[in-house]
Amino acid sequence: MIEPIKGTVVGQPVPLVDGIEKVTGKAVFTADLIAPDNLTGRILRSPVSHGRIIRIDTSKAEALEGVTAIVTGEDCAFTYGVIPIAMNEYPIARDRVRYRGEAVAAVAAVDARTAEAALELIELEIEELPAVYTPKESRAVGAELLHDNKPGNLEREVHHEFGNVEDGFASADLVSQEVFHCAEINHAQMEPHAALAEYDVSRDHLTLHSVSQVPFYVHLTLARCLEMDTSHIRVVKPFVGGGFGSRTETLNFEIIAALLARKAGGKVMMQLTREETFITHRGRPDTEVKMKIGLSKSGKITAAACEVVMSGGAYAGYGLVTILYAGALLHGIYDVPTIKYDGYRVYTNHPPCGAMRGHGTVDVRHAFECLLDRMARQLNLDPFEVRKANMLAAPMFTANGLMINSYGLPECLEKVKAASGWNERIGQMPEGRGLGMACSHYVSGAAKPVHWTGEPHAVVSMKLDFDGGITAFTGASDIGQGSTTIVAMAAAEILGVDLGRVRVLTNDSAVTPKDNGSYSSRVTFMVGNAAIEAAKAMREKLVAAAATKLDVSPDEVECEGESFFVAGSSQSALPFQDVAIAALASEGTINVKGTFTTPVEAQGGKHRGGAVGSTMGFSYAAQVVEVAVDPDTGQIAVDKVWVALDCGFAINPLAVEGQIEGSVWMGMGQGLSEETHYKNGLPVHGNFLDYRVPTIVESPDIEVHIVESIDPLGPFGAKEAGEGALSGFPPALANAVANAIQTDVNFLPLTPDRLLVALNKSRRAARRKEAS
Amino acid sequence: MKQIISLSINGKQFEDAVSDNMLLIDYLRNTRGLTGTKTGCDGGECGACTVIIDGQARPSCITLASTCHGASIETIEGQARNGILTPLQQAFHENLGTQCGFCTPGMILTAEALLRHNPDPSEDEIKQALGGNLCRCTGYVKIIKSVRTAAEANP
Repeated sequence: MIEPIKGTVVGQPVPLVDGIEKVTGKAVFTADLIAPDNLTGRILRSPVSHGRIIRIDTSKAEALEGVTAIVTGEDCAFTYGVIPIAMNEYPIARDRVRYRGEAVAAVAAVDARTAEAALELIELEIEELPAVYTPKESRAVGAELLHDNKPGNLEREVHHEFGNVEDGFASADLVSQEVFHCAEINHAQMEPHAALAEYDVSRDHLTLHSVSQVPFYVHLTLARCLEMDTSHIRVVKPFVGGGFGSRTETLNFEIIAALLARKAGGKVMMQLTREETFITHRGRPDTEVKMKIGLSKSGKITAAACEVVMSGGAYAGYGLVTILYAGALLHGIYDVPTIKYDGYRVYTNHPPCGAMRGHGTVDVRHAFECLLDRMARQLNLDPFEVRKANMLAAPMFTANGLMINSYGLPECLEKVKAASGWNERIGQMPEGRGLGMACSHYVSGAAKPVHWTGEPHAVVSMKLDFDGGITAFTGASDIGQGSTTIVAMAAAEILGVDLGRVRVLTNDSAVTPKDNGSYSSRVTFMVGNAAIEAAKAMREKLVAAAATKLDVSPDEVECEGESFFVAGSSQSALPFQDVAIAALASEGTINVKGTFTTPVEAQGGKHRGGAVGSTMGFSYAAQVVEVAVDPDTGQIAVDKVWVALDCGFAINPLAVEGQIEGSVWMGMGQGLSEETHYKNGLPVHGNFLDYRVPTIVESPDIEVHIVESIDPLGPFGAKEAGEGALSGFPPALANAVANAIQTDVNFLPLTPDRLLVALNKSRRAARRKEAS
Repeated sequence: MKQIISLSINGKQFEDAVSDNMLLIDYLRNTRGLTGTKTGCDGGECGACTVIIDGQARPSCITLASTCHGASIETIEGQARNGILTPLQQAFHENLGTQCGFCTPGMILTAEALLRHNPDPSEDEIKQALGGNLCRCTGYVKIIKSVRTAAEANP
């Protein structure tokens, strides 16, 4: 599958092919689909965390002039959820509500004011039930169950042991264990949620425009929840203002908009507020990680054991995948002979958690990298040397069955060590200033899709027509990461044409082939490969036509620079347009397609849950973070980050840099300031003042180094670039803080108040030591 | 209550009846169809709705339309003239100062107002000016680079 890298297009920094729209205001997002006949949708939300719905009376609201439709749980008796075996959520609550803010009814009206007035007129009677907000409360004996079929409020427990972990610890010179706590965080993508649903009564057709990362799941879910034939549904994804995982599940407002549109017999615009967008959530769960590592004096890891408890919120969502990822990706980065993992995903009466950039792996990586650093300190070993003592040797399979064909981590370590001046600076810095480092990795696409159908994992179709234009069709959702540009670049590279000749049409189920969606960093790898295959099929047609015209055999023809020619011949080259006309003459409009199917050996171990974490290749990252800590206020300033990421091959180095910078920075948000807060189940963080996303003012310079290990299965050798660096930031930050002020903190984010508490504790301990 | 406002948007003159409580962003998006201006939060937190009012970058989501009587307003749609991108638009495009593009109109307009007052801003001055504009994709690195590039392109 690996292509020779010619580099006429791929490997060059290319601005996004849809970038002009973004800088001119022409990019149309879902909420921009304003039309005079739009009805306005609004959702009535539960005022309690847990309760039984006794009565909903909508009669007064229905009587209000301008109200066109009202839906409640009565209007949809079908559950939904991203995991086929764990669909336990109704689009609108039926009988029970399980978190504050859960949808209990919705209104469509002629305008926002009328819709909001109608919500006020809905009479809602709820019998409150005891609510549980922490795993401890939730798992207590006699705790109220959120779901009757889930005893102990456990969504999923996972117990994996590969090798014998006790033997591994017995052979270690140092065994340490620490408990880390990472707060719940939210994606906080800049675009609030929105959906526009239009129902055609005469034809029983539904069209939904939405902010989805996975329009194909939305399509299936609409069919299920509205009991419609999938052929009567069309789902379109306009420009999307970020996702980071928040939109990898079908979300309730998408279904509610559709239910309202059908009942109203019209078009309903459902725009959620920022607060409602936070309540819809699906973020990274509050997680407790008990990490235990065994280390030899020379720094070789002998064993690791990890227990994870995730506070998952009120519904299953992606939960079982999250808890499986947390264990699976303990593997695949270092050579650890034996690993034990116990994971518990627990229900609580909070908004449901889900997938967020670095899905499942971030908090566990944080604990591992922090503990490893502390142990290195105890053994007087350099953090880089400890990592280097535990490198893998690709190609290989991990103990839990993960395939690794390329491994650029050693080079990443060298790059950031040199760039940061580590050897010269570490231990030589003034008090309050420190350096820390950590490594991380992530999958390049889940090898097994959530909806297993046996179909190829990606399909790209391609058309050549009378205009000489190449049009690629893909269902891959560009959410800002640049996937549309990758498809265009792959096509231009293989066909030897200018990028301007290639047009990419995306995300309209009536036009584009199905795609599994933008999650698990799968798009460049899978869709990129499918685009290469489609372009090759197109090239074959063109080369055949050129060969006939040149009177040579097709394998003598080359295409490059918008022309076809015989290699090494003095015969004059044929321009692209002439060859296109010749190819079209024999068969008319040319339609071809390319597919990508993940190899069976990439699909993970045979143990239960073994598919999660399986992938064609891992990205690897190392980073060094420099901080300045104010010992009086506990304020941390991140001054500089050096990061190196092995993305296999940078098809578009500009976008790779952007992805690395963005993911490192998002890790910084989790490390420094981001966390959700609830008061008796009430989200009190639902805005950008209380939920502290870093501003430009406190954001550091991020120096990116790209490492190219050329993965044998990747498109042009590429792997993922958008997630792998994230999980390295929080531990590199904590390690830098420890380096700066000799204080370890086991809590994320490292807010000033927490840091001060820890500082005071270590000061007291130091004084006691001095006194004695 | 409604009142008549007369204002200039991207150099064109308009006269419209707006209710007293109508927000400028709703006027621009719903009445004038200028959807390049975005709503990213519930009021004044994120900067996505920034437009230029009489030369100053202002959040249109916490500005009443009725207060803009007589004002000259610039939105992202009015930046490029005859299809030629402004230095900032060009720089944001070429340097990947935009990823998803949702914060971009507000970001570019805030930067535009900055460059008009301070054509050669330092990194710190850029950071101070853009401190109220959140971006969730870029980590801001390429946004700073884009603004610097535009400043250098526009002597």
